Amino acid sequence: MRRFALIAVPYIWLLALFLVPFLIVFKISLSDTALAIPPYTPTLKDGFGALIQGLDFENFKFLTSDDLYYKAYLSSLKIALFSTILTLLVGYPMAYGMARAPQEWRATLMMLVILPFWTSFLIRVYAWIGILSNEGLLNQFLLSIGLISEPLTILNTNTAVYIGIVYTYLPFMILPIYAQLERMDDSLIEAAEDLGCSRLSAFWLVTVPLSKNGIIAGCFLVFIPALGEFVIPSLLGGSGTLMIGKVLFEEFFNNRDWPVASAVAVILLLILIVPIVLFQRNQQKQAEAEA
Amino acid sequence: MIKALLTGTAAVSLLAGMAMAEEVRVYNWSDYIDEELLAKFEEETGIKLIYDVFDSNEVLETKLLAGGSGYDVVVPSGTFLQRQITAGAFQKLDMSKLPNISNMWGVVTDRTEQYDPDNAYSINYMWGTTGIGVNLGKVREILGEDAPVDSLELVLNPDNMSKLAECGVHFLDAPAEMLPMALKYIGEDPDSHDPEVIAKTEEVYAKVRPYIQKFHSSEYINALANGDICVAVGWSGDILQARDRAAEADNGVEIAYHAAKEGAQMWFDQMAIPVDAPNVEAAHKFLNFIMDAKNAAAASNYVYYANGNKASQEFLLEDVIGDPAIYPDDDTLENLFTTTPYPPKVQRVVTRTWTKIKSGT
Repeated sequence: MRRFALIAVPYIWLLALFLVPFLIVFKISLSDTALAIPPYTPTLKDGFGALIQGLDFENFKFLTSDDLYYKAYLSSLKIALFSTILTLLVGYPMAYGMARAPQEWRATLMMLVILPFWTSFLIRVYAWIGILSNEGLLNQFLLSIGLISEPLTILNTNTAVYIGIVYTYLPFMILPIYAQLERMDDSLIEAAEDLGCSRLSAFWLVTVPLSKNGIIAGCFLVFIPALGEFVIPSLLGGSGTLMIGKVLFEEFFNNRDWPVASAVAVILLLILIVPIVLFQRNQQKQAEAEA
Repeated sequence: MIKALLTGTAAVSLLAGMAMAEEVRVYNWSDYIDEELLAKFEEETGIKLIYDVFDSNEVLETKLLAGGSGYDVVVPSGTFLQRQITAGAFQKLDMSKLPNISNMWGVVTDRTEQYDPDNAYSINYMWGTTGIGVNLGKVREILGEDAPVDSLELVLNPDNMSKLAECGVHFLDAPAEMLPMALKYIGEDPDSHDPEVIAKTEEVYAKVRPYIQKFHSSEYINALANGDICVAVGWSGDILQARDRAAEADNGVEIAYHAAKEGAQMWFDQMAIPVDAPNVEAAHKFLNFIMDAKNAAAASNYVYYANGNKASQEFLLEDVIGDPAIYPDDDTLENLFTTTPYPPKVQRVVTRTWTKIKSGT
């Protein structure tokens, strides 16, 4: 009995929080638009038989007929991938520095990484508008030290989107890497150096492989939410920034086409399932290795 | 103990009941009311007013069609209202609760009947035009003294736009208004529902697209007033608010608004009560309050939009009622056009065309 409960609880969790919402969205993606409340047909009001008969894959076919959608998926994948790499490049040295810092500093440094979370995410992204705009802090600073003579246009471009994503998701990269590096046994580095490794090759041959799990966890934690990101591209990006989150918003709000919007969401989920499964596997392997 | 609990529950439900009866939730456009009016309504009626804002008809429509928006009064524009009435999103107004309806102006109600037959579901809040706002100083400095500030040539002719790009140009992010404007410019029927005709706007915008800094429907008020941009295609009253803010700030920025001489779109923002509004009684009180001559005048004097309230006109400031940019003279009025809602298939073409125009994809 206890065993059953132990197994059932996570599955009920999965059912309630993932499967049921997904099935609702999937059902809408097979419906047609209608000028009604809610704006699609058929609904349960029409009876179960009519509901099943009224469903088809028309909307998925539609997604292949217009190149907007695959371009948006590709562009989102590209932006998510590059920002993950950038976040890793910025985050790893920070995590490394934290782990190498004297013990009594570490709590403070950790605090500094977490502190921005105490402010609303939206307000922090808005702050970047003030920093990056043509009359913003960054341009004024660069102009005043004479580095540039014309203000740089950063806001409303993809560059601003990258800055926004890297800034927002940086802690998700730093924390898992830090957790790995902090547990690392320093004597391993000494041993490597005793055996003739230079500092740099000791870093590559010992430190990096030992923090691999943290790197993988961090990359997934950044990549997955960045792929479907909506707030950052719509506030910092320009009209040339093509991301699937924005396309989804437009289908939903401008076309009032819930079925097509749902189809876009279902495909986004299918794309995300691959990295999510890989991530889960990695976590499991890690847990087993430690057990 | 049980008794105490029961009394407690009764008290709580009583409180909840009172709270339900004494509030009204209004969802209106941003920068669209004199906030003193909100306080005045609460004072006069004792009803708690919860005021929330949006900046696009599309967002409002999605909330309405999802059902259970929780709002008691919403303010869609005419074409959107018409479609939402068809979808069954509104309830008929109870005219017996709206004695101030006699204040309304025939010139406006005649026109809003095309969206809301017999004006059974809505009252007019404000109406205006979609046109061009310019920072006169900067635009004349760039294009010369005879810059075509009252013509679509200014914003849709690439020769002018390429020069204006350096000082910043914003366009509305509202396809239902921007596409008719481009159609007017190339001499087509602005209310065309023919996908092939609508597609022609792509070419018009492709030529000026590189010079447009941003498509946004509310940022331009501040941007114009601060001098961050020098041209905006926007809504009449918003641009006039920018003019006013710049004058108040005394920052040397002089803003002017013109409905394009080729013809400009006229729109009507209508107040209506959603079919599932929780506080219907209070919603009627709010509509009646807005239709009071002095209140309607106060709103127009603040937001620089014309209202559909005849009785309010004697209380309007001279620079509102006397400004042809707000209350157009007969010649301009003749030059204004209205549009009708797009059917769903055409709506998709319109949105897709607009996405292509904005993103180049």
